[in-house]
Amino acid sequence: MSATTSRGSQTWFTPFNVITSAIIIVGLVITFLRFTKGLGAVTHLSHDNPWGLWISFDLLVGVALAAGGYVTSAAVYLFGLRKYHSAVRPAVLTGFLGYALVVFALHYDVGRPWRLPYPFIMQQGTTSLLFEVAACVALYLTVLFLEFVPAALEWLGLKRVRDLITRLTLALTILGVVLSTLHQSSLGALFLIAPSKLHPLWYSPYLPVYFFVSSIIAGLSMVIFESTLSHHYFADKMDQTHLDEKEGVTLGFGKAASLVLAGYFFIKLMGVAGGDNWRLLGTSYGLWFLVEMIGFIALPAFLYAVGVRNKDLPLIKWTALWTIIGIVLNRLTVGLIAFNWQLPPSRRYFPHWMEIAISIFIVTVGIVVFKFIVTRMPIFYEHPEYKDAH
Amino acid sequence: MSISRRKFLGWVGAAGVGTVVARSAHASGNKHFEGYPGSFGVLHDMTRCVGCRSCEAACNHVNSLPAPEQPFTDLSVLMQERRTTEKSFTVVNKYSVASRQTPLFRKIQCNHCLEPACASACFVKAFQKTSTGAVIYDPSVCVGCRYCMIACPFEIPAYEYNEALSPRVMKCTLCYPRISQGQLPGCVEACPMEALTFGKREDLIETARERIRQFPGRYVDHIYGETEMGGTSWLYLSGVPFSQVGMREDLGVTPAPELTFGALSVVPIVAGLWPVLLTGIYAISKRKEIIFQQELEAVKKAAQSRSKEEI
Repeated sequence: MSATTSRGSQTWFTPFNVITSAIIIVGLVITFLRFTKGLGAVTHLSHDNPWGLWISFDLLVGVALAAGGYVTSAAVYLFGLRKYHSAVRPAVLTGFLGYALVVFALHYDVGRPWRLPYPFIMQQGTTSLLFEVAACVALYLTVLFLEFVPAALEWLGLKRVRDLITRLTLALTILGVVLSTLHQSSLGALFLIAPSKLHPLWYSPYLPVYFFVSSIIAGLSMVIFESTLSHHYFADKMDQTHLDEKEGVTLGFGKAASLVLAGYFFIKLMGVAGGDNWRLLGTSYGLWFLVEMIGFIALPAFLYAVGVRNKDLPLIKWTALWTIIGIVLNRLTVGLIAFNWQLPPSRRYFPHWMEIAISIFIVTVGIVVFKFIVTRMPIFYEHPEYKDAH
Repeated sequence: MSISRRKFLGWVGAAGVGTVVARSAHASGNKHFEGYPGSFGVLHDMTRCVGCRSCEAACNHVNSLPAPEQPFTDLSVLMQERRTTEKSFTVVNKYSVASRQTPLFRKIQCNHCLEPACASACFVKAFQKTSTGAVIYDPSVCVGCRYCMIACPFEIPAYEYNEALSPRVMKCTLCYPRISQGQLPGCVEACPMEALTFGKREDLIETARERIRQFPGRYVDHIYGETEMGGTSWLYLSGVPFSQVGMREDLGVTPAPELTFGALSVVPIVAGLWPVLLTGIYAISKRKEIIFQQELEAVKKAAQSRSKEEI
């Protein structure tokens, strides 16, 4: 008896549990500070830099990396690529958690979070791109919830509700793609109003298109990357179908990512040509732009292509991670590095450590919830009672 | 479900009419907004300003803002370039220009754009350009997203970062309560040098032109704010190029709402066209699958009949 108890306590003190608990405790302390002393106490935000890490990372990066949901469900349910079916549920779950965390993170950043519904219920600022972002994110979160919920209902054994909702799959998928097109692009369009603040190499009338196209790249890469991690940690949860299809998903999504990256490279080039910004490539910002173009767009496009041709799965997986880093850097560049580029260094922004801690805290919460769900609900396997039912 | 078809169609119709009637887009077509007729503005003649900070003191007083760390009579603060904050809606900065022996002073505050970026960017319509010319803010609906601060090309709105639960965006109101009652804005009333002139914007432009015509050596031939970002209610005259007194000359003449008009106009088209396209793609892939199944059946049948014949 005592042996089992001690073993029980031993298993709780895993590195994962210890680290996540520490992060969550720190996060809760900073949360308390944020809501008792204001943003000034926990951030380096200023009148010149009203948007910091919580917008650039938690919102811009968060939404881009959660694009796997609409990309995968569109591929499977609309484009008829049924061999990737087993990738849908993990991707939808990641998307749903991603968006939920984005909304959660916004509660820290906005001044009066309980007023977040005001744009819908009080006065509709329809001339604002932020209104479009807010409306689409709110609706899409609902769509993702409905796409995810059959897994939860199967777990709970509520067959009738589950069957009712799965009949909506096609409509939900189409709605999801429409909403994602709109708000992924609108996040880029948010910056269209500030041509005097964003560096011309990143400011472009095509900014919304760049954000949308790169979200597809992010979605594809995230599915590959996340399936790699899941396979490492949750292989015991996966059924034979999932394991059999995994290689095909990696190859197929890698191929798609390579193509979209190549297209993205050329439309980014057209932006430089359109703004006639060639001479800016010789500046320090130009160098950073070239690092992004060559190192994080052209290079992964090439590596994905090589990986797919040689069926080199490790190469594709590492390229996926590299591409994701590129997307993160792109969003941080638009939101922070290339924004306010004309201000003197003393008026520029660098995040407070507590801002970084809250961002880590939010990602950690996501991982903990993801782990909770996949170890209980039919995500990596088909529920025995619903085989071939979806 | 207890919703009848008629009811459902009614709702859809209402939603459709709602979106059409709610707001007509202004930026489309060849309409051009030149500000409310007869709206007010202020002309700031920098060649007259002596940097006494009387306007700052008056602004602080009429807006009941907290007392500053150093008194307004202390001119040593002019040594540093300052910007507007949540505690000071206007500040005066000193610029030493090589071509002149005496320094120049520039007063900063909200320029009260004719088509304000902040109002266009606000997703809860907390900002409003009134017919008086003043751009005013309603803290009772503000969510605190600070997109107005991102949008403002003049970097004017400030935020109460140290308010935990009720932070507001703070900026000059053109003394909206005072001008509505026929009084002058606080800063204009306090200026001892007549460097600030309050009046109807169109009259101020005339006044400014007249000054440039009379004293061509004294002024740069440009009224800052006449066309910048589509025009502002505050107008400036300077003796040196405006970039030398910290004012941006690269803002262009496009009003902020037009910068986002294109992106916004895509929304209804995507919402309308994407479902058609995607349903089409779905139908094609579905049909391919059906044809594949039929052909498979046909091949199977053919194979069966052939094997029967062979037996």
